[in-house]
Amino acid sequence: MKTIEVPALARVEGEGGLYIGLKDDQVVEIRLDIYEPPRFFEGFLVGRFLQEVPDITARICGICPVAYQMSSVTALEKALDVEVSPQVYTLRRLMYCGEYIESHALHIYLLQAPDLLGQASALDLAAIAPDVVKNALRMKKIGNEVLKAIGGRSVHPVNACVGGFYRWPDATPLRALLPELEWGLEAAKETVRWSLTLPYPDLKIDYEFVALHHADEYGVIKGDVWSSKGSKISVADYETHYIEEHVKHSNALHGHTVDGGTYLVGPLARLNLNHAQLLPAAQKALKDTKLKLPLKNPYKSLIARAVELVHFYEEAIQMIKVYQPDGPAHLDLKLKAGEGAGASEAPRGLLYHRYKIDENGLIKFVKIIPPTAQNLPRIEADLFALAPKLVKMEQEQATLTAEHLVRSYDPCISCATHFLKLKVEEIRD
Amino acid sequence: MTLTPKTNPSPKIAVYKFSSCDGCQLSILNLEDELLDLASVVDIAYFLEATRTVKPGPYDVGIVEGSVTTPHEAERIIEVRSECKFLISLGTCATAGGIQALRNFAKADEYARTVYAHPEFLHFLETSTPISAHVQVDLEIWGCPVNKGTVVEVLVALLQNRRPNFPPSPVCLECKRRGIICVAVAQGIPCLGPVVHGGCGALCPANGRGCYGCFGPSSAGNFTALVACMMPHDRYPNETANLLRSFSNSSPAFRVAADTALKVGTSKEIK
Repeated sequence: MKTIEVPALARVEGEGGLYIGLKDDQVVEIRLDIYEPPRFFEGFLVGRFLQEVPDITARICGICPVAYQMSSVTALEKALDVEVSPQVYTLRRLMYCGEYIESHALHIYLLQAPDLLGQASALDLAAIAPDVVKNALRMKKIGNEVLKAIGGRSVHPVNACVGGFYRWPDATPLRALLPELEWGLEAAKETVRWSLTLPYPDLKIDYEFVALHHADEYGVIKGDVWSSKGSKISVADYETHYIEEHVKHSNALHGHTVDGGTYLVGPLARLNLNHAQLLPAAQKALKDTKLKLPLKNPYKSLIARAVELVHFYEEAIQMIKVYQPDGPAHLDLKLKAGEGAGASEAPRGLLYHRYKIDENGLIKFVKIIPPTAQNLPRIEADLFALAPKLVKMEQEQATLTAEHLVRSYDPCISCATHFLKLKVEEIRD
Repeated sequence: MTLTPKTNPSPKIAVYKFSSCDGCQLSILNLEDELLDLASVVDIAYFLEATRTVKPGPYDVGIVEGSVTTPHEAERIIEVRSECKFLISLGTCATAGGIQALRNFAKADEYARTVYAHPEFLHFLETSTPISAHVQVDLEIWGCPVNKGTVVEVLVALLQNRRPNFPPSPVCLECKRRGIICVAVAQGIPCLGPVVHGGCGALCPANGRGCYGCFGPSSAGNFTALVACMMPHDRYPNETANLLRSFSNSSPAFRVAADTALKVGTSKEIK
C-alpha cells in the first residue's frame, strides 16, 4: 500500500482533500474532497426582504462579494421586470473592474505564481524578487481602491442595491485614482509579458468552455451563456442545460451539463469565447503573446487572467474618465410577485442566481450555482489525467503538482472547504 | 507605518479559518502597504491562505476567522486554543457566529434539506457559535469584514506590549464626526448606528442608507429605545427586526432586541 498525504492545501480560499485510489498501478478513483462547512444561505434567505439579499449573498465569498451582489441584483430585477439605467449599468461594470483587478492580481502573484517559481508563498517570493511582489501588491491595491471609492470598502461594499446604488459615488475620489490606474495598465501589460516566461507544466485538456457572452462588451454582467460546443442559451434557460448534483464526498454541489458532461468556467473559458470583445490594449497584449486560442492548459489560466487584467484596467480608466452621475442612482421599485434568473462572471467563473419573490418582495425560493461547484468535476477529471504522472513522483513533488493544478483554477471553496489530503493507496481485493 | 525593531525570535503568528467567507483573512492580505513590513517583524508560522509553509506550534498569537458550525470545528478550536498563547477572534463570525448563525433561529435540518439533495452526507451542528462559546478568547475584533486598520493596530499594540486603541464610540458618533446628515432623522430610514460598535467609519449612512450592524453591539447602546424609535419607520414588515437579525444576529444584545421588535411587530401601515 502506497500512501501520500499532505496536511492541507494552501493559497486557496478554503481547504480541501484529495484521494487517489490505485489498483495494479492503475488509477481507479479520484476524489477532491470538500469539507466546506455548509452555511445554508439558500435556506435562511427565504423570508427575507429582497433588498436585503445583495448584502447577505456578498457574505458567501469575501474574495468576490461584488459578483454575488451583481448576480443577486440582476436576478431580482428580472423578477420585478425592471431594467436599470445605462449610467447605473456602467457603474456596476466599473465596480466589477475593481473586483477583477484585486482578485486577479491576488491570484496571479500571491496564489499561483509561487508554484511556478518554486516558492511556498508570495512572502518567500518577496525575499528573492521584492519588486515583483511590491508591484503585485500595488496593482491589487488599485482594485481595492476602486471598490472603496464606489462601495465604501473593498470586502462587502455597501452601496449596491436592487435597482442601482444607494447613492452616486463622488467623482473626485474616483478621478484621483486615474494616475494609479494608468500605472496599473502598464504593469498589467508587463504582467502578460512576464506570464509568458513562467515554466507551466504540460497538460492539454479538451474542455467544454462555458461563459457569458455579449456581442458589444466583454461578457461580465449581461449576455447569453455560450458554450464552445456551440450552444447559445439565455440565462433564463440555464438550469435546463446545466445541473447540479450532490455527491457524498463534498459539501459543495457538483455541476454537470444536462447530458452528464463536465465543463469549465472561468478565465480560460472567457478568453477563448470572448477574446473578440477585449478592449484594444488587451487585444494587443493578447496578440503579442502569439498564443493560439483556444488555450487548453489549465495552468495557463494565469495568462488569461493577465490579459483580463489589462482589459479591466483599460475599462476602468475609460469609465472613470466619462463618469458623470446623472439621474436617480436607483429605481423606485414597485413590488410584485415574480421569478428571475441572473448570472455574472465572477473572476473565477460564471455565477448563477435564481429567485422567486412574493407580492410583498419577500423571498420564496433561492438557487445559487457558484463557479467552483461547476468546476469541481472538471478539476477531478484533470487530476485523473494527471494521476499516472503523480504516482511515479516523490511525495513532495506529487503533492505540489496536484496542489498547483487545483490552485490554478482559483477555486473559491471558502464557502466550502477543509484540508486537502493527498492520499494514494492501492485497492486490494 | 513604523513597527518596533525585529525581536529575536520574532513572535510566531498563526491564522486559522473556521466557517466563514474568507473576507477577514483577506483583509490581512489587503494590507498592501504594510504586509511586507509586517512579515519582517513577525513570523507568519501558519496562514494557509497565504503560504504552504506550516511551522509547528506553539504560537504566540493565534487569529481565528469564522464560527464553529461542525463537530470537527468544535474539536479543532480546542486544539487551536492549546497551541496559542494569545487568541484573537477576527470578525463578526468568530465573535458572534456570523450571518450563518441565522440557523440558530430555525431548524438547521430544514435548511439542509432546502439546499442539499442528500443532507445525510453532511456533518454540521444545529448552531453556529462564536469562538468564545468554546474556549477563552483574549481579544475580539468585530466587523463583517474587520477594518484592516484595526488589525494592524492590534498587531502593533501586541508587539509594543500595550493595549490596542479601539474606537470607543458607536457608529452614530463616527457619523456625526464625518458631518453626515442623519439618515434616520432627515429621511426616516431605520438605522442601527446609535447601538452599533464603531470602527467602519459610518460607511452605510455615508452611502445614504441605514447601518445594518455588521460591527456588533456598542456597549453603550440603548437597544430598547432604538427599537421603539426605529420601528415606526419600517418601510417593509419587520425592517428594524431584520436589521438586528442580520450579521450580528446572535450577539445577546441583538438577539434580545430583535425578539422584542418581532414581538411588537410592524404594526401600522407600512410607509
